[in-house]
Amino acid sequence: MSLLHWAILSPFIMALFVPFFYKYFRKIHTGWFVLILPIILFTYFFQFISETMNGRNIYETVPWIPSIGINFSAYLDGLGLLFALLITGIGALVILYSIYYLSKEKEALHNFYIYLLMFMGAMLGVVLSDNVLVLYTFWELTSLSSFLLIGYWYQREKSRYGAQKSMLITVFGGLAMLAGFILLSIMTNTFSIREMISQVATLPEHTLFIPAMLLVLLGAFTKSAQFPFHIWLPDAMEAPTPVSAYLHSATMVKAGIYLVARFSPIFAGSFEWFWIVSSVGIITLFWGSFTAVKQTDLKSILAFSTISQLGMIMSLLGLGSAALHYDHLDKNIYMAATVAAVFHLINHATFKGSLFMVVGIVDHETGTRDIRKLGGLMGVMPITFTLAVIGTFAMAGIPPFNGFLSKEMFFTGVVNAAKLGIFNMETWGLLFPIIAWIASVFTFIYSMILVFKTFTGNYQPEKLDVKPHEAPIGMLIPPIILASLVIIFGPFANILSQSIIEPAMASIQPSLLGENGTYHVHLYYWHGWNIEIFMTMGVIALGTIMFITLLKWSKIYDVFPKRLTLNKLYDGGLVALERSSYKLNKFYMTGFIRDYLVMIFAFMIVVLLSSLFIKDAFAFTTTNSAPIGIYEVVLALVMVAATVAILFAKSRLTSIISLGVVGYSVSLFFVLFRAPDLALTQLIVETVSVALFLLCFYHLPELKLKPKPLSFRLPNLVISLGVGTVVTLLALSANGTKLFDSISSYFVEASYKEAGGKNMVNVILVDFRGFDTLFEIAVLCIAALGIFTMIRLRLTRGKEG
Amino acid sequence: MKTNDLILQTVTKIIIFLILAFSLHLFFAGHYTPGGGFIGGLMTAAALVLLLLAFDAKTVNKIFPIDFIQVAAIGLLIAVLTGIGSFFFDVPFLTQTFGYFDLPILGKTGLATAVLFDIGVYLVVIGVTMTIIQTIGEDE
Repeated sequence: MSLLHWAILSPFIMALFVPFFYKYFRKIHTGWFVLILPIILFTYFFQFISETMNGRNIYETVPWIPSIGINFSAYLDGLGLLFALLITGIGALVILYSIYYLSKEKEALHNFYIYLLMFMGAMLGVVLSDNVLVLYTFWELTSLSSFLLIGYWYQREKSRYGAQKSMLITVFGGLAMLAGFILLSIMTNTFSIREMISQVATLPEHTLFIPAMLLVLLGAFTKSAQFPFHIWLPDAMEAPTPVSAYLHSATMVKAGIYLVARFSPIFAGSFEWFWIVSSVGIITLFWGSFTAVKQTDLKSILAFSTISQLGMIMSLLGLGSAALHYDHLDKNIYMAATVAAVFHLINHATFKGSLFMVVGIVDHETGTRDIRKLGGLMGVMPITFTLAVIGTFAMAGIPPFNGFLSKEMFFTGVVNAAKLGIFNMETWGLLFPIIAWIASVFTFIYSMILVFKTFTGNYQPEKLDVKPHEAPIGMLIPPIILASLVIIFGPFANILSQSIIEPAMASIQPSLLGENGTYHVHLYYWHGWNIEIFMTMGVIALGTIMFITLLKWSKIYDVFPKRLTLNKLYDGGLVALERSSYKLNKFYMTGFIRDYLVMIFAFMIVVLLSSLFIKDAFAFTTTNSAPIGIYEVVLALVMVAATVAILFAKSRLTSIISLGVVGYSVSLFFVLFRAPDLALTQLIVETVSVALFLLCFYHLPELKLKPKPLSFRLPNLVISLGVGTVVTLLALSANGTKLFDSISSYFVEASYKEAGGKNMVNVILVDFRGFDTLFEIAVLCIAALGIFTMIRLRLTRGKEG
Repeated sequence: MKTNDLILQTVTKIIIFLILAFSLHLFFAGHYTPGGGFIGGLMTAAALVLLLLAFDAKTVNKIFPIDFIQVAAIGLLIAVLTGIGSFFFDVPFLTQTFGYFDLPILGKTGLATAVLFDIGVYLVVIGVTMTIIQTIGEDE
C-alpha cells in the first residue's frame, strides 16, 4: 500500500471516526473535524502537478484478488489529477460551507459527513483506479452514497422519490458499464485500462468492440445526466444544497465525463463514438438550456443548467475525437475541442459550485427558492449578489469571466466540426453550430433570469417566511474562493494550460502527442475578430431581447404536451412495470393446484417431446423384447379395464375398488414376472392402502355428498394423453437402445458367495444396498410420526370448535 | 343389541398364532427364500390388526402393553447400530458378514449379521404400521 492508496482510502477511514467526533464533541460542529482531511488531500495532490507536467505518471498497485487479475492499482496521470484536485478542492469548500449551512442542533450531522466522506473516497477511487473492476466498485459506491445523500432528509416524500429515481437510473447505467468492462476485458484479456490502451490497434476489428462501447457509454450517459437519462438530476435537488453543489455540479455528474475521456484512447477512433458522443451531448445541451428557462425554482434552473453544460462538455469530447483522423496535419484544429472540454470542465466546476452555494445562501436566508417570491435582494445581500453576477455571467459566457473563453472555444469546436470532411459531416455538420448557438442563447436567458429575477425588481418581504439578511462570513468564503477562481481563470487562463490541461490532454489523446511527448496548449483570451466573437455578440444581443420579452414568448412551453415529458414516461413506465408484473404473477400464480399441475405436465411434455425429436432419439426395436404370453395379455386387459373404470366411475367407492383391482393385478404381474418378494409386499401394501382410502371415503363431509362422475375438460384430456404418450415413447426408446449389459450378473454370483444368502432380493436390500433400506425405514418412521402428530396434536381444535 | 363375536374371537385366538408363526418364518427364511424383515413385519402387524378387529383396542393394549412408536424407534436404532458395529472391525459402514456354526440343537446353521439389520427393519415396520392404525383408529 503506497501513500496514494492511503489517500484514496483515507475518507473511508475518516468516516469511521465521524460518529465518535459527533458523540463526544457535541459542542464543536462535526464538520470542522472532517474539513481537515480534504485540505490535506488537496495539498497532497497539488504537489503532483509538477510530476504530471513533465509527463511522469504515478502507478502503484496492490493485489486485491490476484488470482483473477483484480488489483487495486492506483494510476495518477493528468486526467486523474485534474479530477482529484476538483474532488478534494471543492470537497473542502463544500464542507466548510456545510458547517454554516447545516445546524448542529437540528441535523443528524454524523450521517451527513459519513455519507459525504464515503462519496469523496469513492469518487477519488473512480478517477484514480486503473483496474476496471475496481473502478466499477468505486463507481457503484458513488451511486450508493449519492442515494444516501439525496435521501438525507428521509422524512420528506420528495427526497425519497428523488433518491430512488437517481438510484434506479445510475445503477442501471452502472450495470451496463460493468457489462461493457467485462466485454473489454474479454477482448483484451486484462482488467487494466493502461494495458487495454496499449492493445488499441487491434481492438476496432473485434466483434465485441461496438457492444462494449455502447455499454460503457450507457454508464457514462446515465451518470452524467445526458439526454434522455437526465431526468434524475432535477429530482436530486431535494438533497441539501452542499450536496447539490458538490455531487450534482462539480464531481459525480462529471464521472461520466471522466469515463468518456478515460476511454477515449480506446474508442475515439471510431465513427460511432464520434456521432453518439457529440450528438447526444449537443441534444442534451440544447434540451437542458431550453428547459431551464421555464423553471421557477432556483435549484431546478441550476440542475437543468448543469445538464446542459455537461452536454456541452460531452459534445466537445465527441467533436475532439475527430482530431484522431487528421494526425498528419501539423496544426490540428480539431484538438481544440478536447482542450475546450477540459477547460470548460474546470470552469463549470468553479462557477456552478459557487452558484449552488449562492442559491443555498438565498434559500437559507429567505426560506424560499421560488423566483416568483424572490426579488430585490440586491440591497439586502450585496456580497451574495456580486457572487451571483460573477457566476451567472461566467455561465452565460460574458467577458471577462472564464465562461466566455470556454464558450468561445466551444464555438470554435462546433464551427470546425461543420468543416469536417469525414463521417458525413458535409451534410449534417452545419447543424452543430446552429444548435450550439441557439442553446447558448437559452443559456444566456436562464442565467439572466437566475440573477435578475432574484436580486433585482420588487422587494417582496411579505412573501418571505423570514426577514432576509446577509449570510455569515463562513458561508460566504467558499463561494468567494470559487468566484475569484472564475475571474482568475478568465484573463489568466494560461496558468492552467501547462499545469493541468496539457497533462490531461496527454491522457485523453495519447496518440496525438507532439515531438517531445507533450502537448502545447495556449489559451488566448483575445483572438481577434473572427466568427466566434460575432456569434457571442449575437447570443448576447438576441438573449437580451428575449429576456426582456420573456413573458410574451414563454407560452411556447405550454405547447409541448405535459403527458409526453420524460418524467411522465419514467413514472408511467415504473407503474406499468409494477402493474404488468403483478398481472403476470396473478395470471399464472392462481393458487389452484390443478393449474400448477397443468403447467408442470405441459412443460414436461414440451421439453421431453421436443428433445426426443430434436435429438432424433426415438428408437423402437423388438430385439430386446421377450415373447408375450397369454397370461400377460389377459392381466393387462384386466388392468386396462380397471383403469378405465376408475376414470368413468360415477361413485368414489367404485374408483377405490377399481384401484384395488389395479393394485392386485400389479402384484399378479409380479408373480408372473417372478418377483415373489414384490408380490407379497404389493399384496399387503395394496390391502392397507385400499383400507385407508375407504377410511377417507367414509369421513368425507356430508355437505357435498353428491356422487358425480369426473367432469370433462379438454385441456386435461390433451395433457394426460400427452404425458402418457411421452412416457410410453421414452420407455420404448430407452428399451430400444440398451447401450451396455446389466450389472445384475454380479449380484447373481456374489449373493451366496459373499453374503451367504440365496434370496437375492433380500441380500441386495439388507447387504449390498443396506444403506438405502436404512433410510427407507427412516422414511416410514417419519411418516408414522407425522400421522401421529397430525392427529394427536391439533392445536386449533379448541378454536375451531 | 349387543353383537356377539364369539366365532370371530375364537377363530382369531387360534389363527393368530398361525399368522405369527408364519410371519416369523417369513422373517427368518428371508435370506434364502422369499420373505424378510419387511414382509415379516407387515404380517406380524396383520396378526395384531386381526386382534384389533376381533377385540377392541383396550384389550389389545392389555395383551400387548407396548408403545409402538418406541418399537419403531428401537428398530431404527438397531439398524443404525448394526451399521456402526462394522466400524469396530475397521470396515465401511453397514458391511455385513456371515459364517456357519454348529449349534447344539439346530446343527450346522448359517448365521449372517444381515439378520440383525433385518430385525431393525422388522421392528420398524411393525411399529410404523401399528402406530398408524392405532392413531387413526382412536381418532374420533
